[in-house]
Amino acid sequence: MDILFSDTALPIVFAMLTALSLLLYAILDGFDLGVGILLPMSDEGQRDTAIASIGPFWDANETWLVLAVGLLLVAFPAAHSAILKAFYLPATIMLLALILRGVAFDFRAKVKPRRKRIWDYTFKIGSMLTAFTQGFMLGLYVMGLEYTLASVVFSIFSGFCVLAAYSLIGAAWLVMKTSGELQLSAISWSKKCGVLTAFGILVVCLVNPYVNASVLRIWTELPWAYFYAAIPLLCAFMFILGFLVLKRLPLADDAGASLPFYMVVIIFVCCFLGLSFSFYPYVVPGQLTLNEAASSPASLKIILIGSVFVLPFIGAYTVFSYYTFRGKAEQLRYY
Amino acid sequence: MFDVLLLSRIQFAANISFHILFPTITIALGWLLFYFKLRYQFSKHPVWMRAYRFWVKVFALSFAMGVVSGITMSFQFGTNWPGFMETIGNIAGPLLAYEVLTAFFLEATMLGIMLFGFHRVPAWVHTGATFLVAFGTTMSAFWILVLNSWMQTPAGFEMIDGVAHASDWMAIIFNPSFPYRFSHMLLASSLTVCFLVAGLSAYRIYRGDNKKAPRVALKTAIFSAMLIAPLQAFVGDLHGLNTLEHQPQKIAAMEGIWETQEGAPLVLFAVPDEESKTNKYAIEIPKLASLILTHSLDGELQGLNEFEGAHPPVAPVFYSFRVMVGIGMLMIAVAWWCGITLLRKKQLNKYQIWTLMSLSFAGWVATLAGWYVTEIGRQPYLVSGVLRTADAVTDIASGNVLLTFILYMSMYVVLLVVYVRTLFLMAKRAVDIEEYDLSPPGLPEGPRVKQARNNSTIGA
Ligand code: HDD
Ligand code: HEM
Ligand code: HEM
Repeated sequence: MDILFSDTALPIVFAMLTALSLLLYAILDGFDLGVGILLPMSDEGQRDTAIASIGPFWDANETWLVLAVGLLLVAFPAAHSAILKAFYLPATIMLLALILRGVAFDFRAKVKPRRKRIWDYTFKIGSMLTAFTQGFMLGLYVMGLEYTLASVVFSIFSGFCVLAAYSLIGAAWLVMKTSGELQLSAISWSKKCGVLTAFGILVVCLVNPYVNASVLRIWTELPWAYFYAAIPLLCAFMFILGFLVLKRLPLADDAGASLPFYMVVIIFVCCFLGLSFSFYPYVVPGQLTLNEAASSPASLKIILIGSVFVLPFIGAYTVFSYYTFRGKAEQLRYY
Repeated sequence: MFDVLLLSRIQFAANISFHILFPTITIALGWLLFYFKLRYQFSKHPVWMRAYRFWVKVFALSFAMGVVSGITMSFQFGTNWPGFMETIGNIAGPLLAYEVLTAFFLEATMLGIMLFGFHRVPAWVHTGATFLVAFGTTMSAFWILVLNSWMQTPAGFEMIDGVAHASDWMAIIFNPSFPYRFSHMLLASSLTVCFLVAGLSAYRIYRGDNKKAPRVALKTAIFSAMLIAPLQAFVGDLHGLNTLEHQPQKIAAMEGIWETQEGAPLVLFAVPDEESKTNKYAIEIPKLASLILTHSLDGELQGLNEFEGAHPPVAPVFYSFRVMVGIGMLMIAVAWWCGITLLRKKQLNKYQIWTLMSLSFAGWVATLAGWYVTEIGRQPYLVSGVLRTADAVTDIASGNVLLTFILYMSMYVVLLVVYVRTLFLMAKRAVDIEEYDLSPPGLPEGPRVKQARNNSTIGA
């Protein structure tokens, strides 16, 4: 325990906590954004089911973003202001989209029936815009937070990649949580989004070392390269396995319907690890390292004590909530 | 072009003003729902569950608005006020982190179970989830108000090289103005909810709803307001005394006292004028301000002249304070006026129904006014005596801030209109709906209670 709290370990511990909450955010809000992106506008019943499948969760999912930004703010204030200043406009658009999407979710069920469709569109477009701007910011981050023609082009591309990736995890979620027509559509969406996502990941893997010399060095330096190579291999394996599974779905008794979701989760973890290893020990690529950006150890310790106590509880009741709403989504009823 | 400082301040004020509207509702409404649920649990009388069911929808909507606008808030510190975290990050950081860890996750996760879990978990777990949501919103208010109170009356820290370092966390958390601010805000939230519940229930009755649930909710709201409204005035008075001790320049602005004087009058209304440093068209009660604040007719009150160059702008503080106190007094009067009728087991007359309907959102106005007193009254400081607002501002191009400000504002206006209209729409719908069906999903829908409209004879 003591070692966690030593002054040299603290920045790394907080970097890991921040990274963990970003990863959890990408997975958890990823699936509910994905469901929003895929929302089938042709069939109201399917829309209700799709939304019912994320109803109890989306709010807590977004809280991981609040935690990630909060941790960045308290642990690495210098990085936080450098990053958020560069992201000022895309972040604002993302926030506006998040607001629209979050309220659309609630309004759709409460306004006059003829207005419901408008809110469904708001929900869909808000989800798309959120995903896209997040991808855009990721791209900009990879390119060193600078607005040049090349970096903007790459960031736009990255925006579409994240759009595809969230759709993929959303589709896999729907395969798990729904049945019938909607499940069939979700299976075919999963395949399409899978192809797009795989392509996107491939391009990013090629461009990233090309622009950042340090990244290339990290990935080719022996003996670590053997260890790192496991990540893309596992990722590729999951894609292939995923396609094989999707081809056979749906099976009798709905066997295996949750497999694609877990595979996509592994893919997300792989991509995330890959990115993190590429940039360690920098928080702002090429500019600020963890240690340079870290704030005073005294207040980090206070936060860490709290986190050590509270995070297990958060984990426990999050699991409880997913357990309570296990199984296929059913119509949402208040009370 | 425009001044980034001014734009950032306006933008921050607009965002937090929009945000605070919804926590103000959810904090107290959570507890009210918990009360409804407990009553149902013990009496098994369906009317409590019906009241719960209507108000839990209002809660869900308000909560969603609160969460999404709150996420914006958590980005604002970094984008618009980098100097804030650079100077007091060691204190604000842990407080904000504890808010996320102990409050946000709890309420957001339990909300799912509270809203949609009624038939999926045992009754006591559902009641427990309702409790935890209410508890979570209150915890969230606790931590953020610790931070805000610390910014008003900083304590328990030392400055090393221009950066604040914590020296005593108990002194930071329980800083001098915190107990007053926390209780005043919780009561403000309760009053806002009392009048919202009373107002929407009155609207249902006005629309011809004869069901029992709106009457039960109305009674609960009015009886609570009869106690809470006077309590709020009392706590507000204590709050003022505390402010006099720690931020006398704020009190001078609130009361419109330009020159230090003994036996200062209470200014009921006036037009304060910064140029000539006087109040125009003043209506005053002699010596009353001294009596209220120092408990002596000839007590001395410091005037704004003692704080040349370091006091807040007078007019907004002065007017906001009168709006808040005015609504507070109005709330006491209306609560007792309607409450006495209800205590005598009579129906409310049409004037009372109208008054309650028009006061549905009075709590919002008073709450915003109160925050303006507090926040503008702290200027020119961001953290009293430690950090000036002007020193904390961002260097983002003002055009960008202006653009995002316009985007935020247009969205807020639309959302606010839709939100209020939706509340009334929900109330209107509840009038026509037959009694809610409480049977679990999947079972055949039990014999519904006949058209409730002409069925019920229960008076309010
Ligand atoms: C944790 C901190 C915090 C909290 C809980 C609040 N504020 Fe605040 N407020 C600030 C931190 C702050 C600030 C960062 O310190 C600002 C930004 C610019 C400034 O002057 O102070 C500020 C300014 C500010 C202003 C502009 C004052 C001026 O520039 O003259 C208004 C009107 C409000 N706030 C309103 C509110 C409302 C309605 C709140 C209710 C929730 C609120 N504040 C809570
Ligand atoms: C400047 C300061 C503030 C910031 C940065 C802030 C930040 C946030 C954030 C990020 C959320 C969303 C949490 C989630 O995902 O569940 C939130 C919600 C909330 N905030 Fe704030 N907030 C501020 C001011 C306040 C104040 C002054 C109060 C109360 C007095 C308050 C009470 C709440 C409550 C109760 C919620 C829960 C959601 C809801 O009830 O709608 N906040 N806030
Ligand atoms: C009726 C008599 C009332 C008195 C004497 C009173 C007094 C005060 C004072 C002196 C302050 C400023 C404290 C400071 O910044 O140092 C304040 C702030 C505030 N008031 Fe009131 N108030 C009253 C009624 C109300 C009502 C009815 C509401 C809302 C429903 C309300 C909501 C607030 C809020 C939200 C604040 C800002 C938060 C805080 O500083 O506590 N007040 N009040």
